[in-house]
Amino acid sequence: MSIDSFDYTTTLGSARFTNPIFTASGCASSGKELSQFFDLRELGAIVTKSIMLSPRSGRPVPRMAETPSGMLNSIGLQGPGIEYFLENDLSWLIEKGATVVVSIAGNTVDEYGELAARLRGVGGIRALEVNISCPNVENRGQVFACHPDTAHAAIANVRRNIGGDVPIVAKLSPDVTEITSIAESVVNAGADGFALINTVLGMVIDTKAMRPLLAGKTGGLSGPAIRPIAVRAIYQVHARFPQKPILGMGGVASGEDALELIMAGASAVSIGTANFHDPLSTVRIKAELREELMARGFDSLRAAIGIAHKENVL
Amino acid sequence: MVSTLNLYSDGFPKMTNTINRLAVNSKVEIISNKKIGAYHLLLLSVGDIARAVRPGNFIAIAVGDAEGSSSMLLRRSFAISRAIDKGSDGGIIELVMSPVGRGSRWLAARKEGDQLNIIAPLGTSFGIPKNPVRALLVGGGYGSAPLFGLSELLKSRGCRTDMVLGASTAMKIYAPLEGKRSVSSLTITTEDGSAGIKGRVTDVMREIIRDNEAEIIYSCGPMGMLEAVQKIAHEGDLIHQCAVEESMACGIGICMTCVLPVTGDDGVIRMLRSCIDGPVVDGDRVVFGSQRQIPSGTWGSL
Repeated sequence: MSIDSFDYTTTLGSARFTNPIFTASGCASSGKELSQFFDLRELGAIVTKSIMLSPRSGRPVPRMAETPSGMLNSIGLQGPGIEYFLENDLSWLIEKGATVVVSIAGNTVDEYGELAARLRGVGGIRALEVNISCPNVENRGQVFACHPDTAHAAIANVRRNIGGDVPIVAKLSPDVTEITSIAESVVNAGADGFALINTVLGMVIDTKAMRPLLAGKTGGLSGPAIRPIAVRAIYQVHARFPQKPILGMGGVASGEDALELIMAGASAVSIGTANFHDPLSTVRIKAELREELMARGFDSLRAAIGIAHKENVL
Repeated sequence: MVSTLNLYSDGFPKMTNTINRLAVNSKVEIISNKKIGAYHLLLLSVGDIARAVRPGNFIAIAVGDAEGSSSMLLRRSFAISRAIDKGSDGGIIELVMSPVGRGSRWLAARKEGDQLNIIAPLGTSFGIPKNPVRALLVGGGYGSAPLFGLSELLKSRGCRTDMVLGASTAMKIYAPLEGKRSVSSLTITTEDGSAGIKGRVTDVMREIIRDNEAEIIYSCGPMGMLEAVQKIAHEGDLIHQCAVEESMACGIGICMTCVLPVTGDDGVIRMLRSCIDGPVVDGDRVVFGSQRQIPSGTWGSL
């Protein structure tokens, strides 16, 4: 098996990608910052930070705390809003030839629909990742992704408004008792697949100041510390919906880490916190994952997806 | 203030997103690691990278053993105190660090010949006047480190450079001998009186500004000190370029953790990334005292 005959392509619903390594939303900013280290066309896709309707200042500092093999963040979705994004960031990415997955986030069910309507018919969007791990301002700040009914409502409104053939992956939170029930609700709402997992809610106390370290008090835990949680969530959801593609993520820092997620059922893998340590981590992991697959005798990425569910593979 | 902006030939902070076009990710060797007072002075053999460094730029270093599998995921960022361009064989970057956290203690324990994974040079640099001016350089703690290289550059352009350094105690003043030679005068303040004048930098600044007819202030140090310097610069209508300090996760503009509120040309406050829109910013534009709160009226605030 040579690199040239190895089939590294993958799909999320009707969307095709040259390889399965993506950036994770919120960990590559708009793409410009990483483009000085490598050609963005190297990656399966650039997943943009979650775009909201209006500009957002985000939360005050401190926004970040390093934890063992992890990082806690409370950025608060700082961003310029959809208008600026379409005119500047998206057009720049398209001009550079990058494959783009747009991530969106809303404060209300209506906002999800409005964002989808704004993106309807916009060229160059390969797929849509819907971040439903945001507080619902109409429901005491409860996170959409934590209840089947609100998760359903947000995704259904995106599905209604996006039109066309753009596949939707719903990004689920691991902070739920039964992730498969949330997965079922978004499938019923028209999601084509899942993005698993979002960060895990955590807190760090500053023992000198004797209060939560982050200004936002709680934050999202990411990095290798959460990888087993991601593998578990992907495995459970793939077992329940083997035909629905999963964009996996959570603490992937090497090709072998990515392979774990693939074997659990992911069709593609997003790299997040690793970018902060190593801006070249995505291209490195892309090469490493292919080597790991070939070393195990796979002639394609697709042959390895979900293989951990099969009995007596060897 | 606006009329004086054309003094700058380069490095003036822009209010729009920029990327660090000259930054390189590289493995480099430690040439030396010396303890100086409360700090460590590291010299890194960086080859061509040294040529791109301007005073005020910083370096982001990966920490922890086992490449790619360290439990400390985030790079540590340090101001570059000096860059010596000797071509691809001999380029050197010098930095001063304080071993206070897990990552910086790991770094302080590295030996000559050890390899480090670095990204440099990063961030904005101090604006350098086209014409000779009289400058006051103000440093807090090891924030003085990048000011000596700046002073050398300013002196080579015919500027007068007076320096004030402050710290809590003598051990925390960083003022190497060759650095002292680069300035026209050096005043030291310590809060405990163990070196120089007992007090803070702001206690002596007004007099030095008046005596030397300073036109511009460059500052680097803790945010509390920068805020106090800003007040003095503002009341004297002096240009103030400061290098801010916010904790960073990546250093390259993708994590959005090191933001600080800065007022733009349009009068609107925005949360800018200190790694890419800074660390050197127009001191008069920074909205200080914004830990744990977003200033009211900030673009996109709720």
